[in-house]
Amino acid sequence: MLRRRINLLFGGDEKRVDSRTIYVGHRPCPATEAFIPPKFCDNRIVSSKYTIWNFLPKNLFEQFRRIANFYFLIIFLVQVIVDTPTSPVTSGLPLFFVITVTAIKQGYEDWLRHKADYEVNKYPVIVLEDGRSIRKESEKIKVGDIVEVVEDETFPCDLILLQSTRDDDTCFVTTASLDGESNHKTHYTVPDTEKDLQSLNATIECEQPQPDLYKFVGRMHIYKTDQEPAVRSLGPENLLLKGATLKNTKKIYGVAVYTGMETKMALNYQGKSQKRSAVEKSINAFLLVYLCILISKAVVCTTLKYVWQSQDGQDEPWYNEKTQKEKDTYVYLKMFTDFLSFMVLFNFIIPVSMYVTVEMQKFLGSFFITWDKDFFDPEIQEGALVNTSDLNEELGQVEYVFTDKTGTLTQNNMEYIECCIDGFQYRNSDSMSELDGFCVTDGPVSKLQQKAGRDKEELFLRALCLCHTVQVKEAGPDEIDSDQVDGLVSELSQPDEQRGFIASSPDEVALVKGAMKHGFTFLGLENKSMKIRNRENNVELYDLLHVLNFDPVRRRMSVIVRSKSGETLLFCKGADSSIFPRVRQEEVDRIRMHVERNATEGYRTLCVAYKQLSPEEFAVADAGLRDARLALQDREEKLMAVYNQVETSMSLIGATAVEDRLQEEAAETMEALQGAGMKVWVLTGDKMETAKSTCYACRLFQRGTELLELTVRTLEDGGRKREERLHELLLDYHKKAVQDAPPVKAGVTRSWSTANQEYGFIVDGATLSLVMNPSPDTNSSRYKSLFLQICQNCTAVLCCRMAPLQKAQIVKMVKNSKGSPITLSIGDGANDVSMILEAHVGIGIKGKEGRQAVRNSDYAIPKLKHLKKLLLAHGHLYYVRIAHLVQYFFYKNLCFILPQFLYQFFCGYSQQPLYDAAYLTMYNICFTSMPILAFSLLEQHIAIEYLLDNATLYREIAKNAMLKWGPFLYWTVLGIFQGLLFFFGVKYLFSNPALQDNGQVFGNWSYGTIVFTVLVFTVTLKLALDTRHWTWINHFVIWGSLAFYVFFSFFWGGIIWPFLKQQRLYFVFANMLSSVSAWLVIILLILLSLLPDILLMVFRKPRGPHARQKKKIQTSAEARQSRSSIRPLLMRTFSDESNTVI
Amino acid sequence: MASSYSAKEEDGQRAGAPGPAGNANSGKKPDNTAFKQQRLPAWQPILTAGTVLPAFFIIGLIFIPIGIGLFVTSNNIKEFEIDYTGTDSWSPCYNCAQNYSWNSSTPCRCTLPFTLEQPFESNVFMYYGLSNFYQNHRRYVKSRDDSQLNGDLSSLKYPSKECEPYRLNENKPIAPCGAIANSMFNDTLELYYIDPNGTQTLIPLMKKGIAWWTDKHVKFRNPGGSNANLTAVFQVSTKPVNWRNPVYELDSDPENNGFINEDFIVWMRTAALPTFRKLYRIIQKKNNMTPTLPRGNYTLEVVYNYPVNSFEGRKRMILSTISWMGGKNPFLGIAYITVGSVCFFLGVVLLFIHHKYGNRNNSSDIPN
Repeated sequence: MLRRRINLLFGGDEKRVDSRTIYVGHRPCPATEAFIPPKFCDNRIVSSKYTIWNFLPKNLFEQFRRIANFYFLIIFLVQVIVDTPTSPVTSGLPLFFVITVTAIKQGYEDWLRHKADYEVNKYPVIVLEDGRSIRKESEKIKVGDIVEVVEDETFPCDLILLQSTRDDDTCFVTTASLDGESNHKTHYTVPDTEKDLQSLNATIECEQPQPDLYKFVGRMHIYKTDQEPAVRSLGPENLLLKGATLKNTKKIYGVAVYTGMETKMALNYQGKSQKRSAVEKSINAFLLVYLCILISKAVVCTTLKYVWQSQDGQDEPWYNEKTQKEKDTYVYLKMFTDFLSFMVLFNFIIPVSMYVTVEMQKFLGSFFITWDKDFFDPEIQEGALVNTSDLNEELGQVEYVFTDKTGTLTQNNMEYIECCIDGFQYRNSDSMSELDGFCVTDGPVSKLQQKAGRDKEELFLRALCLCHTVQVKEAGPDEIDSDQVDGLVSELSQPDEQRGFIASSPDEVALVKGAMKHGFTFLGLENKSMKIRNRENNVELYDLLHVLNFDPVRRRMSVIVRSKSGETLLFCKGADSSIFPRVRQEEVDRIRMHVERNATEGYRTLCVAYKQLSPEEFAVADAGLRDARLALQDREEKLMAVYNQVETSMSLIGATAVEDRLQEEAAETMEALQGAGMKVWVLTGDKMETAKSTCYACRLFQRGTELLELTVRTLEDGGRKREERLHELLLDYHKKAVQDAPPVKAGVTRSWSTANQEYGFIVDGATLSLVMNPSPDTNSSRYKSLFLQICQNCTAVLCCRMAPLQKAQIVKMVKNSKGSPITLSIGDGANDVSMILEAHVGIGIKGKEGRQAVRNSDYAIPKLKHLKKLLLAHGHLYYVRIAHLVQYFFYKNLCFILPQFLYQFFCGYSQQPLYDAAYLTMYNICFTSMPILAFSLLEQHIAIEYLLDNATLYREIAKNAMLKWGPFLYWTVLGIFQGLLFFFGVKYLFSNPALQDNGQVFGNWSYGTIVFTVLVFTVTLKLALDTRHWTWINHFVIWGSLAFYVFFSFFWGGIIWPFLKQQRLYFVFANMLSSVSAWLVIILLILLSLLPDILLMVFRKPRGPHARQKKKIQTSAEARQSRSSIRPLLMRTFSDESNTVI
Repeated sequence: MASSYSAKEEDGQRAGAPGPAGNANSGKKPDNTAFKQQRLPAWQPILTAGTVLPAFFIIGLIFIPIGIGLFVTSNNIKEFEIDYTGTDSWSPCYNCAQNYSWNSSTPCRCTLPFTLEQPFESNVFMYYGLSNFYQNHRRYVKSRDDSQLNGDLSSLKYPSKECEPYRLNENKPIAPCGAIANSMFNDTLELYYIDPNGTQTLIPLMKKGIAWWTDKHVKFRNPGGSNANLTAVFQVSTKPVNWRNPVYELDSDPENNGFINEDFIVWMRTAALPTFRKLYRIIQKKNNMTPTLPRGNYTLEVVYNYPVNSFEGRKRMILSTISWMGGKNPFLGIAYITVGSVCFFLGVVLLFIHHKYGNRNNSSDIPN
C-alpha cells in the first residue's frame, strides 16, 4: 500500500530504479505483498586487476598496448615471418625479457592487492541472525544483515545505526581513513527503534549507492503490530561508512545498506592516475625522430636497391643466383619484404634495452630516497617512502611548489602561548619557575608587571575550562596500551598533561591544556556535569545545560552551565570578528590591541566572553533551544536564530593566543626552493592573517615584498560591485607586476642580486571562485589569464580560505598554463589529496592528519625540511642521470647502426649485417648496458653538499634543459660523426685487406669486428669521459665491460660451436689482434672519435668547474649574508608589514 | 613497539599498488652505509685546459712519429698491379674474355708481358684482385654450410638450406655447397721471368700458407678424417655446377686437397668490399744475394677460366711485398700524421687560450 503510494508520489517506475528497499534482518514485512529477497552485490571488495586465469592474456594485452612494446613485437614478428638478415632471437630475447620482468612486477603488485583484499574480505564480523550472534567473514555480509561492531573496529560495510551502547543514542566515529578528518564525529541512531532488535520489523528505503560521502537520503518504515507503520527519515548522520572507525562507544548495531563495491568508500576509490614524467615525453619525441630516421633509412636503401638492381648484371650475377622462391615472388611484395628487412636490420637504433634500463634505473634509483638517512625522522621512526618510481627525475624539474599550510609549513601542533585577561597580558613561559610563580604566589607573570584582578583571572580560566567540547579519555588498562602507541607521537609530554583529551579541533585541547598550566584542570564530564579542579585543588562542579556548537558561519561556540551556587553562566569563545560585535564596546579596545598583535605574530587568537543569565533569561533560552532541537524542519536555521539570540550583550573577559608552530627549518627550506627558481604557492584553508604571518615567518614574503591583495576585504573596499572592483584591481596589479616589471631573462626567473621589486600575491577562496567562475556577462577568460599572469610574476602567492577542490583547481590552472610548468604539491591532510593527485609530483608528509595524503602521494617524507634535499639533491641528480642515460642510449645506438647502414651501399643493398648476430644481440644487453646503468645510478656531477648549498644550481637543469632539442642534436651529431668515422676509417684501411704481416687477407667479418671493437670502446670511453664521480663500481663496470667484450670475443671465436650452422667469427677476433694495422686503426679511431668531446669539455668551461663552484659558494654566501642581516631567523615583529597595497 | 606501530599502519584499506621500495625500510633507520647514502669514495676527475693540454702535446708527439714511420713503411712496400680482364681489344686476354663459354673443354690462355722497374727484395706475395664482385652480398655470404666444410658427414649428404640454389644437382648433394664455393676463382696464374738474354724461367709459386692457419687446420676439415680416401668419401655428392673438377681433385697433394685446399679456403673467406684482393701465391726469397724478383721483364700466363664481363667486373694480378703492417696502404700513415698534427695544433691553441683566459680567471678569483 504504502510503497505504491510512494511510487506514485515519486513518479512511478522510473523512480523505483533510483531507490532500493532493504528488509532489516531479512524479515518480511506485513505491508509488502510478497517478500522478494532483493539481489544486491555481496560484501566482497575487489581491488585487484587480475585473476590467475586471466593474468597472462590480460597482462600481455595491457603490455602490448604500450607503443614501444607493440613496435618491438611487430619487429619480432617480421623477423619470424620474413627472411631477414638477423635472427628473431636478437630482438625476441630482449623483448621477452622486458615483458617477463614487467609481468612479474605487475603480478607481484596484484598479488599484494589480492592479499589486502583477502584480509579485508575475510575479516571476522558478528552478524545477528535470528537472535544469535554469528561470526561471519566480512565478505559474506548481505544487505539487510544486522552487524555488530565494537569499539576501535572499522565498519565492514555502510550501516544504518540502529542501536548504540551509549545512553544518548549516539556513537562516535573517526573517518580518518576516508577523508582524513581525525576528529570524532557524532552519529545518531534512528529514533524510536525498539531496543530489541529481534522484534524490529522494518524496511529501509534509500537511494542507490552514490559516491558522495556526505549525502544520504532514505527513510525507514517501522512496523509494529497493530499500529500504523512509523516513518523515520534517514540522513547522513545515521549512516556509518565502511572504513570509518568506531570510537568511544562500546558497541553498536547497524543494518547493512550498501555492501562491497557499492559502499561509498569503494565508490570513492579511484585508481591513481598514471603520471608521466616530462622525460618520458622527451623520450617519446626522440623516439619519433629516430623512427623517422629508421624509416627513411629503410626507404632510401630499398629505393637504391632497386635502382642498383636495374643495372645490367647486378641483380643476379652468375655467381649469385636467386633461389627459386625468390624468383617466383611478386616484385612489389619483394619490395615490401625488402623494406621490412631493412627495418629489421636497422631496428637496433630504437633499442628495447633502453626501456629496460630506464625502468631499472628508476626502480633501483628510487631506493636511494628510501635509504637516505637524512630523511629518517626519529620521532615517527620512519624514513621517506616512494610510491612510484616513475617520477624520480621530475623532482629535478619542479617550477611551482604548492604547499599546504597547516601540518606542512606548520606542525599542526597547537601550543598555548599566552592569554590576555582584561587587557593584561599573561605570557606562559616555558620555564617552570615562572609557571609555578603564576600558580602559587598568585602573582601573574606579566611583562607589564601588572595583573588583572583575581576574580577576572579565575573567571577567565574557568571559562577556558568549561567552554569547549573536549572529552577526557577514560584511563583504563587498555588505555595504557594505546597511550604507548600515542607515546610515539608525543613522548615528551608529562603524564599529567598527557591526559587523553579528545576534541574536534586541536585548538580546544591547547586551550584546556593552557588553563591547566594556569592552575585550572578540566577533569571531565560526568552525568552532564563538568568537573574542574581549581588552583586551590578543590573540585568544582558545573552542570552542563547546553552546548551551542561551533559552526564555521558563526565562528564561535558557547556553553551554558550552572554552578553549584546556582548561577547560570554562558561562556562563549570565538573569533574576534564574531565576538566583538556581541560584547559591550567599552571592553573591546583594551583587548583588541592584544588580539591584533597576536594575530600578526602568527598566532591563532580566540576571544572569550561570558554572560550571567538570569533565571528568566535562561528559561527563555532553554525553551528556545529545546524547541529548535526538536524541530523537524529547518532545524539548523532555527537553532542558529536561537544561538544568535542568546549570545548577545556578553562581556569580554579576555583573549587567547595559540601558536601553530612552524615546521623545523621551514623558512630555510622555502628560501632554498625560491633560490632554486621555484615559485612557492601556499594554499590553505586558514584565514588570511594567520596564513600571511606564516608566510612571513617562512620568509616567503620578505620585508621588501610588495603585497598585492585580492580578497573579499579589498573587493568590498570601494563599496562598489565586486566584479567592477575585481576588474579594476586585476588590471592595476597586472600593470604593476607584469607590465612594469623588467623583462625576465630566459632561464633566470629570479636572482638574488636584482634590485627588482618583488611581489607577493594574496587571494582568497571567494575571490578565486569569482575569478575562475565569473558571472557570464563578464569577460571571463580575460580574468583568468590576467590572474595567472600576475601570479606568475610574483615570487610567492598565498591562497587562503581554499576548499580542497579549489586547491586542485589552482594546481590545474597553473599546470595547464603556457609552457606547462612542472608542479609539485605537498601536503599532509586529506584536504590536500586532490591537489597531490592533480600536480605532476605529489608529496605527502607523514603528519598527524592520517595517512590519506601519504597513500595518494608519489613520495612521502616525514618532514617538510626533507623537501629541500629531495628536490635539490635527489631530484637534480636523478634528472641529470636519466637525461644523460636517454641521450647516451640514442647516441650509442645511432653510431652502432650507422656503419651498418653505410655498409649497405657497399654490399649491393642486400641487407648484409656488418656485425655478427652475437654482437648485434649483445651490444645493448651486455657490452654497453652496465656502464650506463651504473652511471645513471651513481653519478654525482656535483657533490650533494654543493647542490644543497647552492640552490641556484637547480636552475641550470630547469625546463628540461638536458633533453631539449639542442643537446639532442649535439648527441645525434656526435653519433653520426662517430658512425661515419668508424665506417670510413675501417673502409680506407680495407682498401688493402692484406693487413697481416704474413700477407693474408681479412674478410667482411673482420671488417665488422674491427668497427665493432672501435664502437664498443668508444661509447664506453665516452661515458667514462662524462663520468664525474668514479666510485669503485664505475671502475669495475666500465673496465669490466671492456674486458668482458674482449673475453667474450675470444671465447665466441675460440671454438667451433657445435649446434650453429655458421662459424663466421671463428678466430676472427684473435686474427684481428695479431694485426698491427688493426691495432693502430682502432686506437686512432677511438681517439679521433673522442676528440670533439674532450675539446668541447675544455672549451665549454674554460675556467673549469672548480672555479665555477667556488664562485657559486661565494655568491650564495653573500646572498645569505645580505638576507640574514635584513631579518632575524624567526621574525616576530611585523612593523614592515605595512607596505601592503591598500 | 613495532607491532603496535604496524597495527596503526594497517588502518584503512591500502589503496593502490605499493611502491618499489614498499614499506620494506620504514620503521627502521636506514643503514648508514656509504653506498646507500651515496657517499662512496669517488675519484672526481676534472678536465681542464691544464690537464688536457699536455695530453694533446703528448698525443701529437707520439702520433706524428708513428705516422711518419707508417708512411715510410708503406712507401717502402713494392707493389705491382696488372689488370688482365681483357675488356679492351688491345689486351692479350681480349679474346679469352669475349669468347668465354662455360662448357669449353680447352682452357683459354693468354700471356701478359710486364716490367718491374724496381727489384722486389723480400718475400713477394701474389694476389688476385676482383672488382665489382659482391662477395659481401647477403644472399652470397650466407650461402655456405660450415658444418659440411668442417667434415660433417650428415651435412655432406644433406647440405644446409642456406645453400640454395646450389644445394642439390640432379638430386645429389653438392659438395661444397653454396654460391661461394660454386663461384670459386679458378684462373691459373703463372709468372715467368724473362732474362735479359731472352730465356723464360718459371718462377716457383708456393701455395701453402695463404690461408689462415686456424681455417686450414680447424675450421675446414675433410669428411671422414684426414687419411680417408677422398674420392670414396665424396662419392655421395656431386661437384658444384660451375666447377670443372670435383672437390677431391683440387690438388694432388693430399694435404691440400678437398675442403682443406688453401685456394678454396681463401676464397671461402668472403671479402668485405666489392673490390678486394685475395692471396694467391707466395714467392719465397731464395737467398740473400739476389732479390726475389729482380727488375726486368716478366710475363704473366693466365688460364682464363673466370668470367667477369657479365657483371662488369675486373680482374687484376698484384705482386706486393709485405711489411709488419701488412700490405701497402698509405692511409694509416697519413691519418696518424694528420691526427697528430691536429692534436698538436689544438694543444697550441689551448695553450694560447689557457694562457689568456686562465690569467683573467685567476685575477677574478683573488678577491676570494
